[in-house]
This record gives sequence, structure tokens and C-alpha cells, in this order.
Amino acid sequence: MEVRGSGGGRSGLAGRGARTTLRGPGREVRSGRDAPRARDLDGTERSATLSALPDNQRIVITGVGLTSPLGDTLADFRRNLLEGRSGVTTIETRFMGRVPAGVCRFDERKHQSNKERRRGTRAGAITIFCAREALADAGIELAKRDPSRIGVYVGVTEHGTVETENEIAAIREYNYDTKFWSHHHNPRTVANNPAGEATINLGITGPHYTIGAACAAGNAGVIQAVQMLRLGEVDLALGGGVSESIHSFGIFASFAAQNALADHPDPTKASRPFDVDRKGIVVSEGGALFVLERLSDARARGASIVCEVVGYAMNSDAGDPVLPTPERLAQCMRRALDRARLNPSDIDIVNTHATGTELGDIQEADAVRAVFGSCTEVYVNNTKSYIGHAMGAAGALELAGNLPAVYDSVVHPTINVDRLDERCAMPGLVLKEPRRASKVDVILNNSFGMLGINSVVIVRRVTD
Amino acid sequence: MTKDEVRQIVLNIIGVVAPDEDLSDLKGDVRLRDQLEMDSMDFLDIVMELRKRHKIEVPKEDYPNLATLDGCVEYLLPRFRESKVAV
Repeated sequence: MEVRGSGGGRSGLAGRGARTTLRGPGREVRSGRDAPRARDLDGTERSATLSALPDNQRIVITGVGLTSPLGDTLADFRRNLLEGRSGVTTIETRFMGRVPAGVCRFDERKHQSNKERRRGTRAGAITIFCAREALADAGIELAKRDPSRIGVYVGVTEHGTVETENEIAAIREYNYDTKFWSHHHNPRTVANNPAGEATINLGITGPHYTIGAACAAGNAGVIQAVQMLRLGEVDLALGGGVSESIHSFGIFASFAAQNALADHPDPTKASRPFDVDRKGIVVSEGGALFVLERLSDARARGASIVCEVVGYAMNSDAGDPVLPTPERLAQCMRRALDRARLNPSDIDIVNTHATGTELGDIQEADAVRAVFGSCTEVYVNNTKSYIGHAMGAAGALELAGNLPAVYDSVVHPTINVDRLDERCAMPGLVLKEPRRASKVDVILNNSFGMLGINSVVIVRRVTD
Repeated sequence: MTKDEVRQIVLNIIGVVAPDEDLSDLKGDVRLRDQLEMDSMDFLDIVMELRKRHKIEVPKEDYPNLATLDGCVEYLLPRFRESKVAV
């Protein structure tokens, strides 16, 4: 493990125990003269440690709930990331045989009855699991909250394809007689289904909806939650993203038709962003939801604060439907930095979106170099190399996987890069082994999607 | 086909539709919705299972006949007897 820069972090790579344990005493607060500062063009001072916003406009994460191909708790997920373990396996897919995929193994029955499972969707089950785990992690007792002041904002890449494919397969057994088409089809396939199932399960009566944002959706769910809290629409929000995509053959078949579906004799090697021999995407399922609150509310209830969402941005390429545009990706990152009043050099970790496609990885690397190329202390990593592409969950899951770094100062690497494609080389790219940073205060999380939708979220350890 | 056989068929279907319910003390003359957590979607499930498993069609206007277990048996018994499909 390489140590870059001076100063100490915590010892041990696996975080602070079996629980999520993101909080606690933290490290020495860096502030005042030691903090990196710059000035905007208007002379306003930027700061990496102090917010210009009042506490009732500062939004913090106080709970994390997730399910991933590498575990159903943040502690397990993080431990596997630091141990360099792939979560990719193979599954049997309708019409296509075995394909590499990331599969979640959480207990659906932990928070749902048999009847709920019979009626609901896999995306709904993932959402409910993540929501309840996040609320428990945040120490929220729903019975003591006004349910009408809680919002549920769930990012999805798509929804309904799984249920539609299943229904068509079912009526095939009846010679396609549509009188055997299920009355559950519509409630299962309405676009708000995953978020709606969660409100029914939890008794939440505030607003709920999904944010359809292709593979930028995980970040978009977080951003929506931040905005609704700042507007005062809700007092507590669940935001993030989910994906049930591995249960649709269509998504695999479509990526195959694009020559963008990963394939490897060893499924754990199939997802390999930035590697010369990358062949495309490993589709995964998963979910990550965060409990978000205004800083003032979190402090008033004595909540443990994981981090603050200090910046975000979304924009559109307005170009190719599937190939990202480096200029727009860079613009999105810069806008998020501007909103956070941070310079590129203030970022400690950049989590790349890279999915393992030939051109997509190159385009993002171009954008990252454009924004961070002159920075000497910014680490760059990739999480899809472990879990594949969790679609609507990707942005939120990958943010979650990096969050513990703000307390252990360890940057998980990008795995499966045996030969780095020089076109994907980026300063600070962490490969093969975790690295201990001198400090990790700020994480920038990229998540991009088809039709040219880009999202960036920046989180920071709360030190003031 | 006997009444008891039809009753068991209906109970089997309710067991699928409402898998978390204890059906051992189900009263035949009390509305199912008053004894079990069942809603209109569940009754549509019962109708669908009758269609899928036993090729029996229950027209919408006959749904009230399925309100109780006894009602189900009384309504379905002649239809099972008419049906040429083995149960």
C-alpha cells in the first residue's frame, strides 16, 4: 500500500469494525491556515472545510442502507472492496444462457411478508430493504416522526422491463391469451413502483417518486433529496438508487447487440474498466439509499453525521445517445465543484463512472484529466470493477463504498486492470492495491447515463 | 366432485394468495375480508387462479358469490361438476 503525502490516517484497512461505523471521533480537523483555500473570480473565498450556508440549508447523510453483490451492509461491502474481491458471478438468463452478472443475496423476508413479496417487484424489495436498513442505521424511529414529512426519492435506470418480460413469458404458456395477463402488472410496472412499495411498507405518507435518469440515477436520487430538504418540502428524505436489471434478458441482449456486454471465462475478471482487454458491461442488481436531513435537524436530534452533501450537478450531453461527451462530463464536474465552492485540488477521491466499454472509459478519462490533470493529491478509483454496473443503483452504491474513506483515509483500488489502456491513464488512478491517503475529506462521485445524462455528487466530512 | 373437495381447492388457492394467513380456523359463513387481510386485488388473484388451474371463469357480476368460503363452495361446485378438466 502506498502512502501519498504526509500525515497519518487510521491503521487497518477494514474500517472501524463490523457495523457501518462511519462516525466517531474522526481525525484531526483541518481548518484555518492549514485548509486549502482559493478565491472565486468575484473574490469570495472558497473553503474546503467551512460552509457558507446556514445549517438549515446544509444537508447531511445520517444513515446508509444498501445491498450489493459484495454484501448487504456497508461494513461488508467496504471490507470486500479493500480486500479486492469481485462480486461478479454468472446467472442463467432467459434466451441467452449464462452471462456474467452481479447478484444480491439479501433476505427479502427480513422486512417484507410473503404476500408483499408475491405482489411486489424485485426493485421494490431492494428499495424496502435499503430504506429500512438506512433508517435503522440513522437511528430513526418512524413511529416518532410525522410520516407526511418524509420523502422517498429513488433513482432508476429503467423500470418495468423485468415485469413485462416475465408476464409475456407467463402468457406464452396460455398461447398468449391476454386474459391470463396479471392484474398486478400495472402496479408492478408504474415508474414510481420501487419508491411506492417502500412508502406502503414503511407507512410513509410524504412524497415519493422515482427519478428516471439512466445510469446517472443513483446520484440523481441523492440530489433530489437534497433539493427537497432545502426547499422545506420534507424534513427527512431517503435518496439513492436501485436496480433489478439482471432479471431482464433485454438489457443483456441490448448491450450484446451494441457489442458492449462483458464476457470472460472467469466472471470475476469480466468487469475491467480501463484495462486494454475490457469488453464491456457486467450488469448487476443492487441498491443504496441514504437518510438525508438538514444539518440543523440532525444536530438537534443528536444524530451521528456521516458526511455533508456539499455539491452536485446534472447536465446533458445533447449529443450521442450512448457515447458520453468529455466536454459535458467535465462541465458537470466543474459545476458541482463550483456549487460546493471547491477547487479540483480540494477533492481527495474521484469515483469514476467507467463501465468497461471501449469508448466510454476513454471519454471519462479525458474529462477527469481535463478537470483534475494538474492535481497531485487527487486519487481516482472505480467501483464497477468489483460489482459490475448496478445501473440505477450504481451512483449511490459507489458513493457508499467510498464513504468510509473519510474516516479511514484508505482509497480502494480499481481491480482487474492487468494492462492499463494508456488512453485511460489518469493522475492518481489507484490500481490493484488500496492506498492510504494523508487525508480524505472530500469525495467526488461521477455517474453518467444513456441519452447523455450526467450527474456528479460531492460529499465532505463534517468538521465544523 | 364433493363440497369438501371444492372447499379444499378454494383453501389451497387462498393459501397461495394470502400466504401469511392462518387458515385453520377460517369460518365458512363469515366474509373472507373480515377474517383475512384481503383486498380486491386478492379476489382478482382467486379468480385468476381458478382460471389458470381449473379453467373456470367467474364473471364480474358473480364476484359477490366469492365473499365467503361457503359461498365459494356453493357457487363453484356446479361449475366444477360441469367442467371437463380434471382438478
